[in-house]
Amino acid sequence: MQVTLKINGEPISHDVEPRTLLVHYIRDHAGMTGTNIGCDSSSCGACTVHLDGEAVKSCTILAVQVDGQNVTTIEGLSDGETLHPVQQAFHENHALQCGYCTPGMVMAAVSLLEECPEPTEEQVREGLEGNLCRCTGYHNIVRAVLDVTGNKT
Amino acid sequence: MIPVAFDYERAESVDHALALLAEHGDEAKLLAGGHSLLPLMKYRLAAPSLVVDVGRLSSLSYIREDGDHVAIGALTRHRDVEISDLVQAEAGLLAAATSKVGDPQVRHRGTLGGSLAHGDPASDLPAAVIALRGSLVISGPGGNREVEVDEFFTGFLETVLHHDEMLTEVRIPKRPDASWSFQKFNRRAQDWAIVGAAVIVDGSTCGVGLVNMDARPVRAEAVEEAVASGASAEDAAALAADGLEPTGDLNASVDYRCHLARVLTRRGLEESGR
Repeated sequence: MQVTLKINGEPISHDVEPRTLLVHYIRDHAGMTGTNIGCDSSSCGACTVHLDGEAVKSCTILAVQVDGQNVTTIEGLSDGETLHPVQQAFHENHALQCGYCTPGMVMAAVSLLEECPEPTEEQVREGLEGNLCRCTGYHNIVRAVLDVTGNKT
Repeated sequence: MIPVAFDYERAESVDHALALLAEHGDEAKLLAGGHSLLPLMKYRLAAPSLVVDVGRLSSLSYIREDGDHVAIGALTRHRDVEISDLVQAEAGLLAAATSKVGDPQVRHRGTLGGSLAHGDPASDLPAAVIALRGSLVISGPGGNREVEVDEFFTGFLETVLHHDEMLTEVRIPKRPDASWSFQKFNRRAQDWAIVGAAVIVDGSTCGVGLVNMDARPVRAEAVEEAVASGASAEDAAALAADGLEPTGDLNASVDYRCHLARVLTRRGLEESGR
């Protein structure tokens, strides 16, 4: 089936099987490999992208389901060489170790801050519960998200 | 993990979806938010030959007052239920239970109707709808029928929905003055409940729905009867596992689940002012 999306503002169209997952469409058809596949079972959040502005797990969505919608991936966050404030905060707070969870973690954090612009530490922890960091580097991730809002732990 | 190949149709209306179901029988499966069905298909525990996508039927995404109840369209996403002022005011228990489903990404996609139609005893929302004594509107070839929640769940992942029917609306009686509590016991963030208890107390009566305490989502009838007879929270909660048949698994033995049901029900009743 022909699936036409906007990914990071760019229209893209591919003929795919109905069973093609959004994350495979993004990685294999659109060729954007910033979005990672972790658990592949909607637990770990590594594949988190924004669908019409909201964080979703792209391993648990069919590409055909979102035909015509807007997808934002980690590649679409920065403004040229200028990092998105959440990316900058992750950089400054050393909020990554191996980096595998980072794209999904950043996308989830951006969505969280849009829904809750001034979260408490507890709200950040609960808001990121859909994203696992197997390096267990959660403290600095939470610090980074709070840093964006001007709060420090 | 990739599902078995299937055909895909996007329903343009409820009638279109019903026509596709009527045509394809039990080979077809409705897809709403996909956060119950797609994992099953990826694990190849489900392999429908036709997926009928109803997820974009905006006519079934609403929350509104309707007389003595709140009417929620079956395709209303968890996030919209969770933050609804109306649901928080009139059926706070449902908003609280919804806020415990999965994680934010899951709640952006999953739907109330999809979760109920899936009929999973480990799911949080059936227990809340049981406690609130909700009803469900089902559309089929012969028109609409309304089913009380106690008649809806018939077995493990089974409901009264026929293969040519779809759940279209969930009705929750308004209970603005009731006290409630949602108790979910799990070991890690975003886990399913090992056991959960949805409790609402309104004057001398209460409603208690339990998560993961039987093959299907269940009401703790013995607890409700004891409370109505004036029993204390502790005495009533001691009956929480009576007549129920939970399963044992890696997370919990049968005995431990029964223990949790009693403890969580007591906490729920006490937190609700009983």
